[in-house]
Amino acid sequence: MDFSIIINEYQFYLDGLWTTTWLVTLSLLLGLLIAIPVGIFQNSENRLIRFPIWVYMYFFRGSPLLVQLFIIYYGAAQFDWLRESWMWYYFQEAWFCALLAFTLNTGAYTAEIVRGVIATMPEGELEAAKAYGMSKWQTLRRITLPNSLRRALPAYSNEIIFMIHGSAIAGIVTIVDITGAARVVNARYYAPFEAYFAAALLYMCLTFTVIFAFKQWEKRYQIEK
Amino acid sequence: MQELLNYQGLLLQGAWLTVQVALLSLLLAITLGLLGALAKISNSRILRIIATLYTTIIRGIPDLILMLLIFFGGQMLVNNLSYSINERINEYFTNADSTHEWVSYLPDYIDISPYFAGIMTIGFIFGAYMAETFRGAILSVEKGQIEAAKAYGMSRSKIFFRVTFPQMMRHALPGIGNNWLVLLKTTALVSIIGLQDMVKIAGDAAGSTQQPFTFYMAVAVVFLIFTAISNLFLKHLESKYSIQTR
Repeated sequence: MDFSIIINEYQFYLDGLWTTTWLVTLSLLLGLLIAIPVGIFQNSENRLIRFPIWVYMYFFRGSPLLVQLFIIYYGAAQFDWLRESWMWYYFQEAWFCALLAFTLNTGAYTAEIVRGVIATMPEGELEAAKAYGMSKWQTLRRITLPNSLRRALPAYSNEIIFMIHGSAIAGIVTIVDITGAARVVNARYYAPFEAYFAAALLYMCLTFTVIFAFKQWEKRYQIEK
Repeated sequence: MQELLNYQGLLLQGAWLTVQVALLSLLLAITLGLLGALAKISNSRILRIIATLYTTIIRGIPDLILMLLIFFGGQMLVNNLSYSINERINEYFTNADSTHEWVSYLPDYIDISPYFAGIMTIGFIFGAYMAETFRGAILSVEKGQIEAAKAYGMSRSKIFFRVTFPQMMRHALPGIGNNWLVLLKTTALVSIIGLQDMVKIAGDAAGSTQQPFTFYMAVAVVFLIFTAISNLFLKHLESKYSIQTR
């Protein structure tokens, strides 16, 4: 085994690490923007709102992320109207398709977290808010959301790790993320063990950094109580 | 739509392969998970350390990377190993007898099939998650039950199979169900190491018909159907077990 390859080609892996990081971070942020309204309106009384939300969440939570990525990346080319519109500029880019697939995917999973956390909201706090004469919107903004976000942290840290691991498939659609870097290095030197081992180490570092950071964050909330 | 019908048979074969891979991986994962959980709560420190390393490391690495590592890396590792063992043995014989001719005692080239590598990887990964589920479930079995079994003079393995195992399954069921749903979706990755599963067949069909959206969407729908069936089955199991507890 010859790990000097990895040391020589560290630049590739650094670029890959950067790509993975921004791709995952941006997907998570955009996914959160989708998840909060979707999670809140999932139990809406209006069927016209509830049904599309149900379809969205069921589809993205029930099928593999890989297939979702392929539907967007390869599937978009099937439609002539899409190819002729301005959107094609984005849809022909692998990074855009990956970002879109990851965002929609994490949006659906995070919406489920949001829903669960809102459903288990302590009743007493809501009643107290009502007794103070807060409006529905005020209660949501002042009581429900801050309290829920705090309780959502452990589940959300799991989702982030799931997303970091899931993002490894970006390397398959020509993106040079950590997996992509490993594939390039493997193709150059035919050293699969070394190439993928280095990728595994990098992913492990990313994962444990996130776990550590969230543990610290959760601790801070506990002290504030 | 017509193209989908043309590929119906192949796609169904692929779907069947996906189910096979998923079920066999589940079997391996449950076995490894049980062993891991038993090791985690055992008195032996070495076993505990091994099990903790296993569950921690596996959960830090993406499934795709592990699969590529085992399929491509493992293949190379196995072949290099058997090559160097062959060399050693031959060197030994040549030293003893200079007329000795080079013979490969171990096979020169061992081909790891993607089917095998896929099942091993997925089973290995989910074994780590199952271990956590089972550990919690074993700990939730009442101590008095185990003490009573001990008082009856049951051996340790008898206690496990007669008392602990049937009772822990009740607590482990929701966790196993969740792991199964994630495992099912992970099987899509075996297409990347060349297994002719649904995703791979859809990809080939998409290439020749120029209808990638139709085919990948069909695959997604099949996965949704699998998920729906699993959910129904899991609900049935859970209600069955919860009635017995009362």
